[in-house]
Amino acid sequence: MTLDSVKRGQRVKILSIPDDMIRTQAIRFGIAEGAVVTCREIVPAGPVVISLHNQEIAIGRKLAKNIMVEAVVSSPEKALPDKIE
Amino acid sequence: MGKKAGFVEGARYMVLAGNPNVGKSALFNALTGLYADVSNFPGTTVNMCHGRLGKDIIIDTPGIYGISSFTAEEELAAGLILSSHLVINVIDAAHLERDLFLTLHLIDCGVPMLIALNMVDEADLCGLPVDHGLLEDLLGVPVVPTVAVEKKGIIQLVERLPEARPGKIEELLKKRLERLAGLYDISRGEALLLLEGDLPVAEKLGVVPGMERHDLYRHRRERANMIAASVIREETRVDNLASLLGRLTIRPLTGIPILLVVLGAIYLLVGVFFAQTVVQFTEGIIMQGYYEPLVKKLLSGYIDPASPLGVILSGQFGLLTMSVTYLFGLLAPLVLGFFLVISTLEDTGYLPRIAILVDRSVSPLGLNGLAVIPIILGFGCVTMASITTRLLHSDRERLIAIFLLALAVPCSAQLALVTAVLAGLGPYYLILFILIILSVMVAAGTVLSRFLPGHSTPLLVDLPPLRLPRLKNVLTKALIRSWDFIKEAFPIFLGGALFLSLLKVTGLLYLLQTLMEPLTVGWLDLPRESAYAFIMGFIRRDFGTAGLLSLPLQPEQQFVALVTLTLFVPCIASVMVIFKERGWRQAIIIWPVILVIAFIVGGTVARLFDLLGGIPGVNKPVVLIGLLLLLLAGLLVLKGRERPV
Repeated sequence: MTLDSVKRGQRVKILSIPDDMIRTQAIRFGIAEGAVVTCREIVPAGPVVISLHNQEIAIGRKLAKNIMVEAVVSSPEKALPDKIE
Repeated sequence: MGKKAGFVEGARYMVLAGNPNVGKSALFNALTGLYADVSNFPGTTVNMCHGRLGKDIIIDTPGIYGISSFTAEEELAAGLILSSHLVINVIDAAHLERDLFLTLHLIDCGVPMLIALNMVDEADLCGLPVDHGLLEDLLGVPVVPTVAVEKKGIIQLVERLPEARPGKIEELLKKRLERLAGLYDISRGEALLLLEGDLPVAEKLGVVPGMERHDLYRHRRERANMIAASVIREETRVDNLASLLGRLTIRPLTGIPILLVVLGAIYLLVGVFFAQTVVQFTEGIIMQGYYEPLVKKLLSGYIDPASPLGVILSGQFGLLTMSVTYLFGLLAPLVLGFFLVISTLEDTGYLPRIAILVDRSVSPLGLNGLAVIPIILGFGCVTMASITTRLLHSDRERLIAIFLLALAVPCSAQLALVTAVLAGLGPYYLILFILIILSVMVAAGTVLSRFLPGHSTPLLVDLPPLRLPRLKNVLTKALIRSWDFIKEAFPIFLGGALFLSLLKVTGLLYLLQTLMEPLTVGWLDLPRESAYAFIMGFIRRDFGTAGLLSLPLQPEQQFVALVTLTLFVPCIASVMVIFKERGWRQAIIIWPVILVIAFIVGGTVARLFDLLGGIPGVNKPVVLIGLLLLLLAGLLVLKGRERPV
């Protein structure tokens, strides 16, 4: 499913972000592919606001349509798989 | 607003670097005692500020999320960072995860640095207290907790400056970077940028840019998340009043009423309190009641008021009478009122939320919601707002925004006078005025969006928390900006008034008025004397509007002149900024196009008034409002059909 179809309060895992520049920008904001985020707000026909910890990010509707996500059922989980030494 | 600092032998250059809106400017103020513009939204530091700390030089940089050259601002900041002796990385303790990306980027570059862990008070309030000792161990650089706006932790930060050092970097990456740096004889930072595919560095060396940006970025993001997870001591997400209110401002059902209330409050404060109550006192009583009679009385002892010199000093456009009265009696209080409002809005963090609310509505103009920020700032000062268009992501969006700013956004000075004129004309004219200006803006944006090549970027913006503005910062900022405005406007006003007086004394004004008669009398249905308002409008459109007030005009004529002058190019200063931001090729087209649009729209309104005049007993503004709404509705229906379902 895509990010524009999530519901308010739903937790989703980001699977893919389309554009190279957008992906770079999103990584800097804290949202990498694989991150688990919460949908805070979804403005009808407008942007989607997602949050990761204390950070809120607004994503325009057209862009959200191109971001693939999957629903996450269990919630108390850290944002990214831990695989660094 | 940059302060110059002279070069001293042996002085170190220290650069403040950090994400947007983390308190760099506040820290700069605390360290140097100078004032840098502090706001609660990204993109405030458009000009660099430098100041002194002892014999060292501190440079405030625009906020960045990483070191690269994606925008001109980033390139500037990256250049400063890589050539500095020492970097003070300012991070927002409440948004540690986001900010640590830049921190790790700086560490990978190998610059000597230390960290100001700012806004620790806010992090504690949010339930995200940070273990700064552990953070220091993990990063390998000094970490000093600060609250820059309250000047807390500043002394400790200065004490630890000598401990600044390059942080802990992964051995493997370090070896690769050092090898690359040795190969091309560049710094480790440049080597990193090269690997990450940075074009300016690659061009400088004449080599193919690296392809490893995505992997390096992803890895760095993972490290940042790991570190953040281990230093945040507990996570008890507190849903406080600010975050609840923040959410209400972006839901259309509550957000639109909130926006309307805010706009209404602004109108009451500026349009009613400042534009009427305060101005009646400053212009009516102080300037026209005491100041002007006094000046005229003093002068009459030495100079004949009818002589050329008398006319220049105290005549219709008198240097000592009209100019001083308009500037200090009328404009100064109004501009102060507007800057108070705009400073408050900036500091609350409300502006990006308006961007979210309107994102959808502005997309037909080829803009995303972010463009609303320069547009709103334009109601303060179009010149400054034109510079803030740099925060938009594509050149196409910057061009559209600058064009709309110059065409249809009245700045505080102009808006104040517009409010004053409209207050006398009644509510129907007010509604008609807003509708006309909005339609022109929408039409211009739509046309530009359709014919300019390229695509606009989607909205992707990080939201600052809603904060209660600090009274002292709001006042300082409003006063400094107003003072800057007066300093800039005063000579232009004097020059303009002198120019007009000279035209009058030499009889050229009469000639110009005759030359412009087809335009003013024939096309706009105005008296021939109105020509001088337009001549002044070239210099500052608010000065032109001020000139309208002194002409004996019918309500309809006032309205036509008002519409034409509002669509005029804002002022000499903003024209210069357009030239600077867009280059002369575009500017030389933008300027006359705007003038032509202004006269076409103004003239059309005059013709319609004329036509309606033939029908007795008709309320002209109301009919025009109806016509315009009908036209807009028709266009919307057409557009709706056009769009594929």
